[in-house]
Amino acid sequence: MSTITWITARGLFGRRRFLLLLPLPLVLLGLAVLCRSLGVDPGEWGPPVLVGLGLAVVLPVVALIIGTGVLGAEIDDGTVVHILTKPLPRWQIVLPKLAVAAGVSAATVALPLYVAGVLADSVRLGLALAAAATLGALAYSALFLALSLVTRRPVLLGLVYVLIWEGLLGNFVSGTKVLSIQQYVIALADRLAPTGLLETTVSVPVASVMTALISIGFTVLAVDRLRSFSVAGETS
Amino acid sequence: MSTLSLTGVSRWYGNVVAVNDISMTLGPGVTGLLGPNGAGKTTLLHMMAGFLSPSRGTVTLDDEPTWRNPDVYRRLGLVSEREAVQSYLTAYEFVLASAKLHRLADPAAAARRAIDLVELESAQDRRIGTYSKGMRQRARVAAALVHDPQVLLLDEPFNGMDPRQRLHMMQLLHTLGDAGRTILFSSHILEEVEQVSGTVQVMVAGRLAASGDFRTIRRLMTNRPHVFAVRSTDDRALAVALIAEPSVSGVELDRTGLTVRAGDYGAFTRALPRIALTRGIRVRQLVPSDESLESVFSYLVEA
Repeated sequence: MSTITWITARGLFGRRRFLLLLPLPLVLLGLAVLCRSLGVDPGEWGPPVLVGLGLAVVLPVVALIIGTGVLGAEIDDGTVVHILTKPLPRWQIVLPKLAVAAGVSAATVALPLYVAGVLADSVRLGLALAAAATLGALAYSALFLALSLVTRRPVLLGLVYVLIWEGLLGNFVSGTKVLSIQQYVIALADRLAPTGLLETTVSVPVASVMTALISIGFTVLAVDRLRSFSVAGETS
Repeated sequence: MSTLSLTGVSRWYGNVVAVNDISMTLGPGVTGLLGPNGAGKTTLLHMMAGFLSPSRGTVTLDDEPTWRNPDVYRRLGLVSEREAVQSYLTAYEFVLASAKLHRLADPAAAARRAIDLVELESAQDRRIGTYSKGMRQRARVAAALVHDPQVLLLDEPFNGMDPRQRLHMMQLLHTLGDAGRTILFSSHILEEVEQVSGTVQVMVAGRLAASGDFRTIRRLMTNRPHVFAVRSTDDRALAVALIAEPSVSGVELDRTGLTVRAGDYGAFTRALPRIALTRGIRVRQLVPSDESLESVFSYLVEA
């Protein structure tokens, strides 16, 4: 394990902020188990729980907390200087951090989504949701990691993207769905396990290409921004 | 041996000029960067360390720019003023991580050597979060020294240290400077700079006000006219006696007492008790009224 990965993981799990991650996946899991045990028709609870809660809220919010935390927290408290004063090409800092962010987000979200998918339909849907959520976690993490280098308020901006752009505008302005990671995840999951539970709005090729473009594009942006990272002389 | 060169460096934020046209060359030895708070010392250090791009001019380490060039950190170490450390790590883990990030051949040995250098062995396995301010500072210095850099930049390294730690840090800087390293540290306290370095760069309001041997600059500073507020049992009689003194260049009398302008600090402070004694006047108050560092510096700029 690289030193950056190790420091990032220690920083992530060492902060209280990490505890914020636990309730959301637990709510998702709890609701799925509850609906199943009460014998509710999966056609009724599947879409709101899997998509409405799982893919539209739990995945992006978990990725937001972690993605803005892996580098943003270090920028906030100034410890980023210790990593930056090393003769490392900046991609060797960004990539391990992205890997930790995407990996932890995926692990936190994929597991409850898998269980919920199994309870709603089949193991295949569970696996499809977990796989698509993993890809989504990568794209979201790249976006939020880059945001933490572009703005001083990455969490706020990330929430605006998730809640306003994906959540609100997605319902009224259909064009915004082409630029919505949530829609890509739904399209990919539905392609891997076609059921009546997921309603897709973008095509699979668009979803695949856009997920790759967002992941790569924002990673490149993050590397470039870190290369020109300025420390403001607020103390002088 | 490495040389850090600044040529016509300026940095502004919008309309505010933080650093104004500074040129200097730093070679081996310890140099103090002296200036009042807000003079632009941190901004200058950040530009030297590659954490800020100069708005104009160039900053180079051995002819390589420091901005957008992570390779300079092979030869350069920085101890920033913000005392942020990963508090969940122990000092040993923290310094070892630095050694590994520098890709040193034997990171464990390098980490132990750096921790020895700052005398932190006894506490090295405790979490940094439990450290005092001075210990945290030493842990940061150890991390900055782990790769044995040719150039070490320290921003206000003595802040928050107790006298013993301060002395130890001063000795450490001396040792490093004598070993041919280029050391630059900033401070707003005259005495600190006096004890550590022979060469100083004085910054005032973003400009380089003086540069060179400390003793010469110090003499300029102490020989400047001083202003004192004096109150006594008989201000008027004291004023008459004082104006006859060659060391006094002016006396002003008002309701609150005397304002005395002295051309020679030493001669005046010796003369005052003598006069008071011979005239039977009791001096109730003697306060230097322009001892703030800012006034010392502004005098220096005018000189």
